[in-house]
Amino acid sequence: MRYLPLTPADRSAMLETIGAESVDALFADVPAEAQLDGPIHGLPLHASEMAVEKHMRRLAQRNLAAGDAAFFLGAGAYRHHVPATVDHIIQRGEFLTAYTPYQPEIAQGTLQMLFEFQSQVARLYGCAVANASMYDGSTACWEAVAMAARVTRRGRVVLSGALHPHYAEVVRTMAKFTADTIADAPPAFQARPDDDGLIARIDGDTSCVVVQYPDILGRLPDLERIAAAAHDAGALLVVVNTEPVALGAIKSPGECGADIVVGEGQSIGVGLQFGGPYLGLFAVRDPKHVRQMPGRLCGETQDAEGKRGFVLTLSTREQHIRREKATSNICTNSGLCALAFSVHMTLLGEKGLRALAQENHRLACIAADRLAQVPGVAVLNESFFNEFTVTLGRDAREVVRTLADRGVLAGVSLGRLYPQTEALAEGLLVAVTETTTEEDIDTLCAALTETLA
Amino acid sequence: MNAPNASGWKPGTPVTVDHSMEGPPTVTGNRALMLEEPLIFELAGNTTTGVDFDSPLPSGEGPGMGGPTSRAPNTHPQPLPSREGAFESRLGGFERSEPIGLPGLSEPETVRHYTRLSRQNYAIDLGLFPLGSCTMKHNPRLNEKVARMPGFADCHPLAPVQTVQGALGVIHELGEWLKTLTGMPAVAMSPKAGAHGELCGILAIRAALEARGDARKVVLCPESAHGTNPATAAFAGYEVEDIPANADGRVDFEALEARLGPDVAAVMITNPNTCGLFERDFKRIADAVHAAGGLVYCDGANFNAIVGRVRPGDLGVDAMHINLHKTFSTPHGGGGPGSGPVVFSEALAPFAPLPFVEQLEDGSFHLVEEETAQEHHASTFGRMTAFHGQMGMFTRALAYILSHGADGLKQVAEDAVLNANYILRSLEDVLAAPFAHSGPCMHEALFGDEGFGGGLTTLDLAKGLIDEGYHPMTMYFPLVVHGAMLVEPTETESKASLDQFITALRSVAERAKAGDQTLKSAPHYAPRRRLDETQAARKPVLAWQAPGAPSGEPTKSEQGGR
Amino acid sequence: MARYFTDEHEWIDVEGDTATVGITDYAQEQLGDIVFVELPDVGAQLAKGKDAAVVESVKAASDVYAPITGEVVEANGSLDEDPALVNSSPEEDGWFFKLTIADKSELDGLMDAKAYKSFCDEL
Repeated sequence: MRYLPLTPADRSAMLETIGAESVDALFADVPAEAQLDGPIHGLPLHASEMAVEKHMRRLAQRNLAAGDAAFFLGAGAYRHHVPATVDHIIQRGEFLTAYTPYQPEIAQGTLQMLFEFQSQVARLYGCAVANASMYDGSTACWEAVAMAARVTRRGRVVLSGALHPHYAEVVRTMAKFTADTIADAPPAFQARPDDDGLIARIDGDTSCVVVQYPDILGRLPDLERIAAAAHDAGALLVVVNTEPVALGAIKSPGECGADIVVGEGQSIGVGLQFGGPYLGLFAVRDPKHVRQMPGRLCGETQDAEGKRGFVLTLSTREQHIRREKATSNICTNSGLCALAFSVHMTLLGEKGLRALAQENHRLACIAADRLAQVPGVAVLNESFFNEFTVTLGRDAREVVRTLADRGVLAGVSLGRLYPQTEALAEGLLVAVTETTTEEDIDTLCAALTETLA
Repeated sequence: MNAPNASGWKPGTPVTVDHSMEGPPTVTGNRALMLEEPLIFELAGNTTTGVDFDSPLPSGEGPGMGGPTSRAPNTHPQPLPSREGAFESRLGGFERSEPIGLPGLSEPETVRHYTRLSRQNYAIDLGLFPLGSCTMKHNPRLNEKVARMPGFADCHPLAPVQTVQGALGVIHELGEWLKTLTGMPAVAMSPKAGAHGELCGILAIRAALEARGDARKVVLCPESAHGTNPATAAFAGYEVEDIPANADGRVDFEALEARLGPDVAAVMITNPNTCGLFERDFKRIADAVHAAGGLVYCDGANFNAIVGRVRPGDLGVDAMHINLHKTFSTPHGGGGPGSGPVVFSEALAPFAPLPFVEQLEDGSFHLVEEETAQEHHASTFGRMTAFHGQMGMFTRALAYILSHGADGLKQVAEDAVLNANYILRSLEDVLAAPFAHSGPCMHEALFGDEGFGGGLTTLDLAKGLIDEGYHPMTMYFPLVVHGAMLVEPTETESKASLDQFITALRSVAERAKAGDQTLKSAPHYAPRRRLDETQAARKPVLAWQAPGAPSGEPTKSEQGGR
Repeated sequence: MARYFTDEHEWIDVEGDTATVGITDYAQEQLGDIVFVELPDVGAQLAKGKDAAVVESVKAASDVYAPITGEVVEANGSLDEDPALVNSSPEEDGWFFKLTIADKSELDGLMDAKAYKSFCDEL
């Protein structure tokens, strides 16, 4: 077996050193009835690299890759071009095959990278401090809700109706076990986000208000107004962002008064990967909240000779020290995805990010204008960045399936995201990025014209 | 004839006189191949980008070509550029006007920055990485290649299911392997890492107990448990109580049985446990817990020791997470991403989270999510994450499993256990091995600091091991052994590699016992000497800030005099 | 002013109806470099023997229990900025919090300086 270096002679020699007759003797503590007598039945035996590759390729070929279609899916996962440099760097063995940097003297590469990553995220979000990553945007969102409860010592969570439904479902699931109550509402299917309705649900027991920006329908809520209302009630504002590229064009949540900013970092450097692994981003505006943060934090310090160096710090918040009193049970996070994000962001820089954001918005505007010309299609949004909602006048789920058969991945139907809400069934989310061409847009318009006719 | 290596020296030969680290200071701070690297914020301003776009940038300036050459960070606010007449912004008046402060580097600068950083890391690719319980085994490169096939890597999680049958097929196929290997009837694939998997298991347990009408109050964990166990149980609203251990480093069955009762929801037991030992009484424990109406969570972090030889389902487990990055070789990546699928017994299967994949009679795959779940998965406790789990880890783990097959995986467990026992028996004469008397260990060998001289500690030994070119073992865990050192070599080390490591660890252990004070200041040869963690925690600096801020008044304790 | 000690290594200065609480020099020595102290809010009701504060070193977090029952009237704000005061001046500037004394009889079981010293000597 190509991954196992021991030879039969090695094994014999080692057993002799150990003083055991056979390998079976080393498993003496396992009760006989729990031991299998041979390889597990029903599973194939070992295979060559070539055979495995062939098998996996066959499976891969049963998928329609985004790059092989006119592609408009978003809803929390966006297709952006990832520079070749990113994939090269993350495959360097010193990054790929390192562990969590528990021994800082021989992990400065990962640690300095994490410090840079935290700094990049904090700046992007307009916050003071970001952590070294969470699993993904949805789990980061729940962690923010849990942190707000710790900070305010309150247990009522107000969720915007236009929060990604998977994120909302994660919060609802977790809240079942923590006895937080959730004030919830279906998304208002209208041109502007229902900021007034959201503000009206904030009360004196509210720990936090959770708002997505841009929201699930692509619209831009007025964060400053919502922040003021939340703060008046003594609640925190949690802002969720699922498309970090947008922050190259729109105000940062921190600048608008968000207390905790969380989001999905997948757009920068990570790639679609059918939903994971992704990259949870987590930041706080006020440094005094740092000790209530979940997850790992990398900090600057110096070594015994006075040289600058980096370490994981404030570990007493974490499970390996605090055990049942930890701020979160998170251990492994998304280190390698954080590296991918950081490398891509370093390549972009401020100038590149702004240009990328502009290109996304420009193409989205073209797409919205052209789609609005298709008979039966109406654009819902008054504002958007690179994703917007159209109504099709019929169940969008069927339209999506029909178009997929023609090799057009038209977008995410709201019916798939909100199966219980009939009023949204005709809605389709359309995302446009720099990878979308004007020809793709025309292909989508033509396919919709035919299908809706 | 020239004989530059007349002594016949080769790597591994002990060196008695070595001046290679001595010499004059350098003006750069570099030492030949040991290279210092500034932060990106110190290297770059916000006027460079290493990415070109097809559309020309505004003001006629291409990325990386011409334009301001100032490298001072954050010089000017840069309003969102708009191409004249191209389009009207629909940003609703929320345009960003303030500078973001993100430095940008050209591609060559970027590659060099990260390459230089990478060389300050230890990694499995560089050498044996004996972190007990973390399972740092070789990461096959085929897995990396497979995960990057466009059909997997460039595939959207919400694409219509008819267009992603291969991706759903991977989830299904891996799930079937995990079920078969563990002897369990159901699996949840969505948990994002081991701790997330633990949470998934405990939430399913709570949901199942609630469905019976009583969630109960207490979860029992051994003191030797990983910190995520009690953290997880506490999150799910349970009080955590310790399970006592016996002198053999295993759960004290009689004490546990005596504690069971109507308030105990579950036990969480790692098997093989964190002392590297198989819990001989696991089945008895499981039967007793079940008889008392509780459920059994097995922390599967150490499944790699028994995979292919023992099925946890045969031991009475109700839920167990599997760290794909431990047992099935997906890369640790400097701290993730992990992946923590959870296998369930019949009792818990109805409560498993959404979404999951089902195979229909025609062989096609069907995704059970909120849209499609109502009819036949009404008891689910909910959703743990957006989308479907760590697909990029599933492809890697599946490639690894297929490569090994049922026979190879059995060999994996056997070689892992053989290697660990070889280390245990080769070192028990120099290092205290508290449970070595009780028989063979499983995949990891546990030592303690008994007999160290001169005030030296496990930490000092670990730092000495760094100088010998090794990443240290897991230290101070489990908590039940003083100055614990948990050594897990894994099955991907050759005998020659183990012998070298044993030589190194023996030498450092002997120095520790002799009270060699040079260990106190180790490591001497790493990119950094010991780092001041107290300063880092007292005055946290967690993000880069432009220099020039006033240094502030000395604090009272810094003024001294007391 | 009377000073008492607990077997959890806290000291209590009693002045009228108010007590000042901190951890002892022995305790700070055992804990090593203190990096953070989490103090109770003013107004918090503490019950004897229950969690009152948390004192953190780099790798450990230790609970500090209320030595007596009472209401917190002041917390030592200077520890926020300078937790090292607990190391440099544990029994003076590094005090943790002041509380009202709900029940003076709770002081009866506590040690005086001499008793505490011999208690520590035996550890």
